[in-house]
Amino acid sequence: MAVERNMALTGQPPKSLNTIQKIGVLIGISGLLVLLLASFNLNLANKGLWLTISLSALTIGIIIFSKGAYDKKLEGIKNDGVWFKSMSSRGVLAWIAGIVLTGFYVVLYFFAELLGLGQGVDGTNTGLVGLFDPLSRLLSGNPASQWFVYGTLYTIAIVGFGIKFLMKYKHNRYEQLRTMSVMFFQTAFAFVIPELMARLNSDTFSLPYNDLKNMWPLNYYAFEQWRVDQFINAQTIGLFFLILAVLMVFVISPWLTYKYGKRWYCSWVCGCGGLAETAGDSFRQLSDKSVNAWKLERWMIHTVLVFSVIMTVATISTFLGYDATKYWFTKNVFLISVGVFLTLLFAGILYYKRNQLNKSAVTGAAGFFIFTIAFLVLISFVDLSQIQIQAKYFSFGLNDKSYAADSALRAFYGFGIGSIFSGVIGTGFYPILGNRVWCRMGCPMAGILGIQQRLFSKFRITTNGGQCISCGNCSTYCEMGIDVRAYAQKGENIVRSSCVGCGICSAVCPRGVLKLENDGLDGRINSNEILLGNDVDLMDFVNNK
Amino acid sequence: MNDLQTEASFFNTKNRIQLTHNFMEHIVIIGNGISGVTAARHIRKMSDKKITLVSAETDYFFSRTALMYVYMGHMKFEHTQPYENWFWEKNRIELKKGFVSKVDHQKSQLIFDSGENLQYDKLIIATGSKPNKFGWPGQDLDGVMGMYHKQDLENLEKYAPNNQICKRAVIVGGGLIGIELAEMLNSRGVPVTFLVREDSFWNGVLPAGESGMINRHIKNHHIDLRLGMNLKEIIADNNGKVKAAVIQETGEVIDCDVVGLTAGVSPNVNFLKDSGIELGRGVKVNRFLETNIPNIYAIGDCAEQHEAIGNRRPIEAVWYTGRMMGETVAQTICGNKLEYKPGHWFNSAKFLDIEYQTYGWVFGKPKEYEAQFHWIHQDDTKCVTVSYHKETREFLGINTFGIRMRQETFDKWLTEKKDVDYVMDHLAEANFDPEFFKHFEKDILNAFQKQQTINA
Repeated sequence: MAVERNMALTGQPPKSLNTIQKIGVLIGISGLLVLLLASFNLNLANKGLWLTISLSALTIGIIIFSKGAYDKKLEGIKNDGVWFKSMSSRGVLAWIAGIVLTGFYVVLYFFAELLGLGQGVDGTNTGLVGLFDPLSRLLSGNPASQWFVYGTLYTIAIVGFGIKFLMKYKHNRYEQLRTMSVMFFQTAFAFVIPELMARLNSDTFSLPYNDLKNMWPLNYYAFEQWRVDQFINAQTIGLFFLILAVLMVFVISPWLTYKYGKRWYCSWVCGCGGLAETAGDSFRQLSDKSVNAWKLERWMIHTVLVFSVIMTVATISTFLGYDATKYWFTKNVFLISVGVFLTLLFAGILYYKRNQLNKSAVTGAAGFFIFTIAFLVLISFVDLSQIQIQAKYFSFGLNDKSYAADSALRAFYGFGIGSIFSGVIGTGFYPILGNRVWCRMGCPMAGILGIQQRLFSKFRITTNGGQCISCGNCSTYCEMGIDVRAYAQKGENIVRSSCVGCGICSAVCPRGVLKLENDGLDGRINSNEILLGNDVDLMDFVNNK
Repeated sequence: MNDLQTEASFFNTKNRIQLTHNFMEHIVIIGNGISGVTAARHIRKMSDKKITLVSAETDYFFSRTALMYVYMGHMKFEHTQPYENWFWEKNRIELKKGFVSKVDHQKSQLIFDSGENLQYDKLIIATGSKPNKFGWPGQDLDGVMGMYHKQDLENLEKYAPNNQICKRAVIVGGGLIGIELAEMLNSRGVPVTFLVREDSFWNGVLPAGESGMINRHIKNHHIDLRLGMNLKEIIADNNGKVKAAVIQETGEVIDCDVVGLTAGVSPNVNFLKDSGIELGRGVKVNRFLETNIPNIYAIGDCAEQHEAIGNRRPIEAVWYTGRMMGETVAQTICGNKLEYKPGHWFNSAKFLDIEYQTYGWVFGKPKEYEAQFHWIHQDDTKCVTVSYHKETREFLGINTFGIRMRQETFDKWLTEKKDVDYVMDHLAEANFDPEFFKHFEKDILNAFQKQQTINA
């Protein structure tokens, strides 16, 4: 990862910026400058106006930049100079961006007071959070929080860079529709609707902040007691949301994944995916394609998945345990149902899909399964809320509080996975590790959908016979680090649990070799030893022996 | 998961026992391109023979077709390598870097230009092609290059890193490599003058309607396309570097810093002169890819069939035929003697932003038995030409531009000898465009039926 020293914005094509792009950069930076000034508590008299100026400048800056980049060009693939530009090839600009982004996440998650959260008289906001108060009041009626600031900027990023992506792929309707979809779900479901719904809350009625599409386990706090209680107390509408959340996990998501692959979520709906596909698009080529990275990925993502399962089970079983009278589900009924469900699932896969699993997959899955069941047995006998954990032993002495074991699990998950992995590393390191590190290595939701996609789905990327010339564009631009070419050059379909169906491999292929499809289950996974184009006798001979 | 990169894991015990008698037979392959590498991989899958891959060009196999993307900044050179570097050792394929200057078949050995020798039991020649040069004055000056080898890429990076050092480039030869080189230089803002001998781009292969559309597409990319023009000579400056190119027909002198020679390729077989191996333009082989010398085979671009197979040319410089010959010769070498029998012709290319695929045979100048139907979209970036037999109406082939089609479907239709009316009615089944793309099968069918009524 040598740092490339060329920081030039000028210079020669294709890495230089043209005049229009420079204007775009300037406008965008002026928008950021307003945010920066606000962060340093410069007194901006009319906050509403300055916020409008800043957010407009950011959006307009991105749009002008994109117009400069793509407007005068003919429709087609726009990857000229990707590996020459400092920003997209781990150059100096990329490192600066990475450090700034990472720093922003650290402040956001752990030092929100630096952003002015509750720093004014009577706990009012100052600084950056204060700047966002007018917009927050407009939507939810409440003052802003650091999460509102983040949500707003996040939405601006998806919309702004989404428009850039739409211009870049103006020739590709799959890419266009997919991008409009993530822009819509972010703006409406993750941002506007939950904010507006907060207006329904009163002294007697309250719903938790609820992004309908943000399902468990990506939403790792979906079934924590305060949320479940709020839903139950909100009666019909609350119960509706609670039941919907459960249905999403067990019915709606599996059904959609069966029909369309995990892409229905990961590259059409999900907010993390939305940011990765838009703001992160310039970094997709940075993903690691080595077999070693794949090995790491398989362990990592499934470990996080198991962690999220046991954390959630521990949480729910604990509050079912000490508040037994409040819920019709008891702790033991819950634990037994989880155990039975997982056992049936595991046994079913082993039996019905035995031909599709190789040894390392079976071994790994068995290990995870035994661990999970052992944990279920453990918590059925032990009340986690009675065990105290000293956080200082796990936090280099930074946190000297003492937690009950179930809260400790939650806190550790929230910190390690929710904040550090998905935020600081997942997004902060976009310019260094690529745009889907979190989705590939850490997201438990992607883990579940991936298992479904590999074993129970009609989705695949079809390879067009013997047309592949092994050029490697597909592998290079796969954000998930799948070595697409390794399959395509053998004439094999690509059926991989990590594939989010972004469709870029198919778009950048210069020979029309790849097509994302939902089709029958027969022949979905094919491994020809000899490619189409050969004499039929040879193909039969080699493939059927 | 490892079978992805581990051919050896396919190795089965039964073969191991059968093949013990020729354990450690030494197979030497000259050339680490797609043909040689495919042969090596398949021999490894089926046997435990000792395999050595010889190359003077690069340490590891890379995809030649992807060199253009390195210059354009789409990929880095390492991305053009389909296998990670540990692959070769793990699969016991020895790599030897060196230039073979002679083959001594009497002693079964290769002689390198360094003076080293290498013994073989069986030899596979897979040395590919080299760019054609037609004796133009100045063709060996600095700044004159083909676009074929990795060294050509390095040369281009040296003489045309940007549009200040290379103020203009002249490309000579309007084929697939020529247009790729034009696209490459265009990506760095280097003005390009593109000399094409024919009066329309690649019209030896493409029917007139398609060729005309590509002419216009090239011009839309601000490439200075000169049709019906040949190179007369290349003029040097005082340092022996390109200064200008002169056009034969007009005498026009075009100032330039780089001249790209892309007038086709021919087999890279000079080192085999006087070796006793029968040569034509390439290494002469029979249908088993055997040369006239026992235990010496030739595959890929450098092999020349004694007689053409079907409508194919005796020398096919195509990616997938190289791969198929590699697969076939591996069978023969591992004891299952097999003829090279390519299936239905297909190919693909990309002209700047327009993808091209072909299945079956559509001739640039239609054969006397051939009727062609041509459809072009009004946006001038998509078109289709369907070829069929005038009398029998048998479907013979299709060229498609800007619309992807499925090889499997056409392969089946060609084998089943479907007639053109069936193919036109079912064209949608062959569509391979990404989901949600606009479909044109109805327009195409309507146009076809209209044309049929007029002709009838």
